Amino acid sequence: MRDSWLTIRALTARAMNEVLRVPGAAIPGILAPTIFMLGLSSVFGEAARLPGFTADDFRTYIVPVGLLQGAAFAGAATGVNMARDIERGWFDRLLLAPQPRGAVLAGLVSSAAFRSLLPGTFLVVVALILGVHLPSFLGIVLTVVLVMGLAAVMACWGSVVALRFRTQQASPLIQILGFIAVLFTTAYAPFALLTPWLRAIAHINPVTYVLEGIRQGFVGDVTWADTWPALLAVIGLLALLGAWAVRSMRRFGT
Amino acid sequence: MMLVATLALARRALRGLLRRPQFVAPLVLFPTVFLAVNVGGLSRTTDLPGFPHVNGFLDFQLSAGITQSLLLGGVSAGIAVALEIEMGFFDRLAAAPIPRVSMILGRIAAASVIAIFQALYFVVLGLIFGAQIEGGILGLLIVLVIASLAGTGFAAMGVMLALLAKNASTVQGIFPLVFVILFVSSAFFPRALLEEPARTIARFNPLSYISDGMRDPIISSISWGTVLEGIAAALGLVIVFVGLSVVALRGRLRDA
Repeated sequence: MRDSWLTIRALTARAMNEVLRVPGAAIPGILAPTIFMLGLSSVFGEAARLPGFTADDFRTYIVPVGLLQGAAFAGAATGVNMARDIERGWFDRLLLAPQPRGAVLAGLVSSAAFRSLLPGTFLVVVALILGVHLPSFLGIVLTVVLVMGLAAVMACWGSVVALRFRTQQASPLIQILGFIAVLFTTAYAPFALLTPWLRAIAHINPVTYVLEGIRQGFVGDVTWADTWPALLAVIGLLALLGAWAVRSMRRFGT
Repeated sequence: MMLVATLALARRALRGLLRRPQFVAPLVLFPTVFLAVNVGGLSRTTDLPGFPHVNGFLDFQLSAGITQSLLLGGVSAGIAVALEIEMGFFDRLAAAPIPRVSMILGRIAAASVIAIFQALYFVVLGLIFGAQIEGGILGLLIVLVIASLAGTGFAAMGVMLALLAKNASTVQGIFPLVFVILFVSSAFFPRALLEEPARTIARFNPLSYISDGMRDPIISSISWGTVLEGIAAALGLVIVFVGLSVVALRGRLRDA
């Protein structure tokens, strides 16, 4: 158990080291959600003038989307890096070491969860400078939990794809799920303003509830009614994709 | 000799992509997702004062989807070259008795062919979901010409970045920045409705002119001024980035 914990800690530290040692690869992922938030609010800012919009300004409305995109990017980056390690043979050497495969996977997933805090923090700081309302302490805690949770979910997905294709060229496949999951929600507009087909998808997309769970703190007060569906969605996704990733990990190289 | 080598390498690049369609699909899949979300979430924005008359928000967004897809094609070309560098194929190619410029021109030429299919995909998708090409067949040809030129320019940009970065993960990291360039253009929304400073930057962003040049024949009868601006912007990108990628290639070969 102690060895597994050390493995998880070492792999998490390795991923964090990468941010400092290969900044060319890490910085775009950190900046991207902020750029996305600034870009979307610059382009579609006028949408907040539409009757039925539930926030005073589009920037506040879109900040939670950026946070989840940061989580999705961090999770996807873990999958891409795993594919790189497989291509270069480092992953094979890692699996030869005397520790359970589950601990290796847990280390990679944990690294994604922590890395997701980097783009998230940067985004929130920029948003605050631009006048976006800071959520309450409870809202911030909930935001951190949900962002880290979604990053872990995406890291599980990234691991599944990386273990299946074993090449970095599969990177877009890793990224697309996060993209779809975050955007086919109430990302741009409230339910009432969505076209019927998108409204139907957003209703059944669990990430919608994660998004609304984070958004509640930015546009108003944190309530249990918006919190429990968000937590349930993250736990459910983590259980599902985590189990798939564990299965892929067990089958890898056998 | 250069033409033969360039065509052979272009064919190789195209075959490589066709053999693994799962890696081509994202070039259109990401922009399709974005297109769907934009149209699904923001279709009511056509009611905003100042929005040009269009049959629907999908018609307006089609050229944004094409431009975004072409940019991703450029990143993809860059990743392919970076992987060739990482795996040593590029060095073996440099040792072959072929003009060295063809090493990058082949990849860029392949991207210009793919660009036509990327644009066609979005036009067909749009027509299926109710968009109309107001400029007719000529309008469609204009869209394809601008798309092919822009795709060539973006691929050259990707190749240049790969030659400078020399590793795929750095080129991959540029992927999100693709959106930055696109956001500060009039690709997604009318320039008059953008917020500052995006509105000002969009005036100087070639992507605005490329998107507007492709959009014009889709949403209205052909306005040659807008179309020629689009062609000029795309051609400008080709000249600048092919030139810079040749310079980057020389630097790479000197360092090797």
